[in-house]
Amino acid sequence: MNENIDLKLHVWRQNGPSDGGRFEDYTGYAKNISTHASFLEFLDVVNDRLILDGKEAIAFDHDCREGICGSCGVVINGQPHGPQRATTTCQLHMRKFQTGAEIWVEPFRARAFPVVKDLAVDRSGFDRIVQAGGFITARAGSAPDANEIPVPKTVADKSMDAAACIGCGACVAACPNASASLFTSAKVAHLGLLPQGQAERMKRAISMVGQHEKEGFGACSNHYECEAACPKQVSVEFIARMNRDHLKAQLTYVESAGKDGGAG
Amino acid sequence: MENALTLTQTGIGKKAAVALTGAVMFGFVLVHMLGNLQIFLGRETLNHYSEMLHAVPELLWVARAVLLVSVVTHITLTVDLALRNAKARPTAYRVSADVGRQDPLMRYARKTMILSGPIVLSFIVFHLAHLTLGEVPGLAHGQDVYENVVRGFQNPVVAGFYVFANILLGLHLYHGGHSLLQSLGLRNPRLDPRARTAAAAFAAAVTVGNVVMPLAVLVRAVGADVQ
Repeated sequence: MNENIDLKLHVWRQNGPSDGGRFEDYTGYAKNISTHASFLEFLDVVNDRLILDGKEAIAFDHDCREGICGSCGVVINGQPHGPQRATTTCQLHMRKFQTGAEIWVEPFRARAFPVVKDLAVDRSGFDRIVQAGGFITARAGSAPDANEIPVPKTVADKSMDAAACIGCGACVAACPNASASLFTSAKVAHLGLLPQGQAERMKRAISMVGQHEKEGFGACSNHYECEAACPKQVSVEFIARMNRDHLKAQLTYVESAGKDGGAG
Repeated sequence: MENALTLTQTGIGKKAAVALTGAVMFGFVLVHMLGNLQIFLGRETLNHYSEMLHAVPELLWVARAVLLVSVVTHITLTVDLALRNAKARPTAYRVSADVGRQDPLMRYARKTMILSGPIVLSFIVFHLAHLTLGEVPGLAHGQDVYENVVRGFQNPVVAGFYVFANILLGLHLYHGGHSLLQSLGLRNPRLDPRARTAAAAFAAAVTVGNVVMPLAVLVRAVGADVQ
């Protein structure tokens, strides 16, 4: 079925973080769109037409366009990454829309995600959360022997479920409180579940949560919109796990003062 | 540690305190409801129960202090979190849509926590004046609890307010019960289906127990002896 559709398109345009921003009606540029196009290809077509008209193209983030990098992400009709579950914006196809449908495209909205331009937002807050504790202590040098540290298959799978997070920010965009609890919990859990991640487990649960707060994300109020919006279907069970680790760490963890002299 | 925030500063720490104080009040509403059901056993039993509660004033005041501290902590931290959460999204979406497919009752309960809380609080203030102090002109006077209850509930407006507030309380408990396990990090996939059922059953039991009392008086199934 090769069918082309016409859409009523409204896109958020914003010149920079300090600009107020506004919706522009691009219905005239959204006609005769192939249903085989992905949502980003649809925006590409609109941009080509805008440029031909001497107008500025819509800025939006994208990279791999195969649903794995976490770069793309816009809010389509109130839903991060659009109406299809477990799908990034680049993997959403125009066949999911009826001809004549009205489409409102907005950036992910959060104080911690300032708009860079139009639909592109600055998600470097996520990088700083990972920097705060998303690492393990590992021996440098030659590669360790395979299976040197036994990890049960079920634990490895669970850790992989958390590590599936691509850091796109849809959880923040979907959360009524713009909380990054799902992202932070996934990053805390994928290391905390494995033996290699135990050394810093308590410290990590304090540092990463602390950075989450400092970035200005909201607090979780257990609405679970994040899980529903997550293109990788990361479970809110990791948020419970993060809460558990954080509370335990707050009650028990003491930073070692460190003695002079070191080893020997 | 450079990034260290204390338990009282992180959202998780605050939510844990909200959950723990909520759990205290869960205990209270259940015992309170069970105790009050003695109205169905008649004037003597209910008034005797009331006297028993007042028998050791020190104990009564300790219980009241615990509840007061719980209520104040619960509300203060919730308001604090709600203000922070509102600041986290300064620009609202033009189109707002729910993403998840959830049980509609739970969805409604979640979205109205911030409304059901204040309404339940205003109900508690009225309820304390009505039945703890026993001083609401025209409704209650003195310490004959049975008399005060029945006179109050014979008034359809008062009974209606009790029913309305208790249904909201039930919704608050439904989300709250589920939520407190998550906030304290006690939820996990193994216990989750049972936790969901338990939260629903608890909320339903408390609501039905509390609502049936004003309704019974209103239809004169209880308290026909009070004019």
